[in-house]
Amino acid sequence: MSALRLEAVERTFGGVRAVDGASFAVGPGEVHGLIGPNGAGKTSVLNLVSGLLAPTAGRILLEGRPVHGLPPHRVAALGVARTFQNIRLFPELSARDNVVVGQHLRRRGASLAARLLALPSSRAEERAAREAAGALLGRVGLSERADEEARHLSYGEQRRVEIARALASDPRLLLLDEPTAGMNPGEVGAVATLIRGAAEGGRSVLLVEHNVRLVMEVCDRITVLDFGKVIAEGAPAEVARDPAVVAAYLGATP
Amino acid sequence: MQQVINGLFLGSIYALFALGYTLVFGVLDILNLAHAAVFMLASFAALVLVTRLHLPILLALPLAMLFAGLLGMVLERVAFRPLRARGDSNVAGLISSLAVATVFEAVALEVWGPNVERFPFGTLPAEDPAHQLHLLGAVISRLQLTIMGVAVVLVLLLTYLVRRTRLGREVRAVAESPRAARVLGVDVDRVIAASFFISSALGGAAGVLYGLAFNSISPDMGRSVELKGLAVIIVGGMGSMPGAVIAGFALGLTEVLVVAHLGGSYRDAVSFAGLFLILVLRPRGLLGAASLREA
Amino acid sequence: MGEALAGFWDTYQSTVGYVGLNALLALSVYTSLSCGQLALGSSGFAALGAYAAALLTVQAHWPFPLVLLVALILPAAVAVPLGLPALRLHGVFLAIATIAFGEVVRIGLVNWDYVHGAQGIVAIPQEASVWMIWLALLLALLLLSRLRGSRWGFALEAVREDEPAARTLGIATTRYKLAMLVAGAALAGLAGALEAHFTFMVAPSGFTFGRVVEMLVFAVVGGTQRAWGPVLGAAFLTVLPEALREVAPRVGLEPGPLRLMVNGLVLLAVILFLPAGLASLPQRLRERRAAGRGA
Repeated sequence: MSALRLEAVERTFGGVRAVDGASFAVGPGEVHGLIGPNGAGKTSVLNLVSGLLAPTAGRILLEGRPVHGLPPHRVAALGVARTFQNIRLFPELSARDNVVVGQHLRRRGASLAARLLALPSSRAEERAAREAAGALLGRVGLSERADEEARHLSYGEQRRVEIARALASDPRLLLLDEPTAGMNPGEVGAVATLIRGAAEGGRSVLLVEHNVRLVMEVCDRITVLDFGKVIAEGAPAEVARDPAVVAAYLGATP
Repeated sequence: MQQVINGLFLGSIYALFALGYTLVFGVLDILNLAHAAVFMLASFAALVLVTRLHLPILLALPLAMLFAGLLGMVLERVAFRPLRARGDSNVAGLISSLAVATVFEAVALEVWGPNVERFPFGTLPAEDPAHQLHLLGAVISRLQLTIMGVAVVLVLLLTYLVRRTRLGREVRAVAESPRAARVLGVDVDRVIAASFFISSALGGAAGVLYGLAFNSISPDMGRSVELKGLAVIIVGGMGSMPGAVIAGFALGLTEVLVVAHLGGSYRDAVSFAGLFLILVLRPRGLLGAASLREA
Repeated sequence: MGEALAGFWDTYQSTVGYVGLNALLALSVYTSLSCGQLALGSSGFAALGAYAAALLTVQAHWPFPLVLLVALILPAAVAVPLGLPALRLHGVFLAIATIAFGEVVRIGLVNWDYVHGAQGIVAIPQEASVWMIWLALLLALLLLSRLRGSRWGFALEAVREDEPAARTLGIATTRYKLAMLVAGAALAGLAGALEAHFTFMVAPSGFTFGRVVEMLVFAVVGGTQRAWGPVLGAAFLTVLPEALREVAPRVGLEPGPLRLMVNGLVLLAVILFLPAGLASLPQRLRERRAAGRGA
């Protein structure tokens, strides 16, 4: 059963069809790329899957279970986490605290009584949460910057914190929206490693990206969007050769 | 019918006040809570001009409007402009304008004391029963006619300004998107200052007219109008000028009719309950252009 | 020495009591501000708590602890059906909706003969002492500050910083916003009840829009990053006017206007230069010094 399946999903804004009858599937443990020219509807797809938008038609299924129309926090509780194209970290919180927020779904929290009386169990719980957050930041290579306010971090660092925050809830499906925008090749390589690592253990990744080389490297399968429609789907090599894809990117009529 | 006339009369003042409010909201996305304080100070200014300088009211009104407009520009410079770069500028601007409103009120309290002042007898020409207007069985006094007339003229002037002049176009551009307007060469700072000038001048006019209409001027006269003005622009749709005008008249009519049929004290409660319902059911208001600006 | 202290206490104990009450009210606004919601219904909630308490004591002679319990629970219960629709609104719209609620409550009370309308209820036995007020305050502070670092506390901060992003992380934002609104309502109700039994009376005039604005000012001036910020703000702005009362005649100003002026200027200064409130002053100074050294 696919980790994620879109069936004829449509989303209209006013008169514009941002997503037009899109269908594709992401398998379990698969890194699936979603590419296409600017304005093709890629971010809208992510917004639809994560619940920030509801489709005007079609279905979205998470491990067979319909999630279209559910509010974002319910979709997240079903095991979906995401990053954003224009980075939405909590600016005044530290990197570490951002990741701790990401743990919300996994964190049980101490009992109310323990909390109010400041019993050792509540303090231990807090400490554990912060340490786990620190460990995640270490995975993305940002241990030393853990206690910096998010808004003081560099662009590339912020993107990595966002990834760490998304991983903090141990999601089944990770949605990444242009995670390497504005990064240098070294940073891109680090993110590629991260993505491959994230997919181990059965987690699926849906990766929206403009960096075609990265997509070719890390993705198992790719879906190509243009004007909200799926124009190709398959293994990277096939897709790269597809004339419709070439035309979409070069703007020539097929 | 008399009630209708009275309602329209009251409504014209509310509409004028609300127009100023909504103009600033449309342009800056900010609620200027000092609008009512400017309203009040302009009324006092007119009073001073009439009593100390013995100016006729027809001259005192535009001068008071000028004074109000300048106050508005000072307000913008001191309370709003420094905050524009900040992310939370909407809430911060609200609080900032509140602070300035408090200072304005304090000044008025200090200079004139808390008691109600009145325009001296003879400010407006006396009512002459022979020269009153009769319409469908209702009587429109000279006072009412004058005030409604002034209000209507000002509304028309504003409409002309916004629709036909270059400044009006620039205001609309900045209201749409300050960034885009700047790219197009509009001096955004100047436009905002001008918007505040116009908005406050209108609010000041409303203040003078209100003071004349009820023959009562006091430092806390802005309080009740402030909340009503808020109700008006929300019902009319924040940022929508026609909405403000229509809703202003609607409020005036509603108030007069509620007082006539339900008794005076519940008048305001009806407005507020209605306001709550509108906010919850249709926050855009009747003609609202502003979206709720979600992240 | 002991005598001096006793004398000090006699003169100032009521001020200390008022500081405590104002702090509780400021906290009632803070609870919503801490998750980014500008909910200004506290005057309405305080009125509900105050009047319920006054009636239970004066008419039904209930024991005081039970009265306080009701004052906590009644406003909290009202906050739920109010909050569910209202919290869908953001920014100034939420503020206005909650202000409308407060006004409806106040006007309702003004018109309710059973509670003597505008005159209110008098001769309420003084059951609330300064100690009781401060005990309540300290408990509230304890509860609120223990949120920090907990799952709940982090969720609140996330909602404040970026609500949609928080939702994608699994945080049921409406639930948290409602909980904080209810908590604020309970605090306001408690404060209202305590005030009624501290000042011997309740009247609708104590629960105006101006009052809730005052609570907001306390919270903002003190700082809304930590729970003790609003307490600091309330203390500062309650004590300052008392101190100024001595100064006013020497500067040639009336104490009333001077107090308002200082409130306004302090608020303006804070919002422009120290937006995180007085509580952030030590940190700001530390940063300044560090920057000076490092630069």
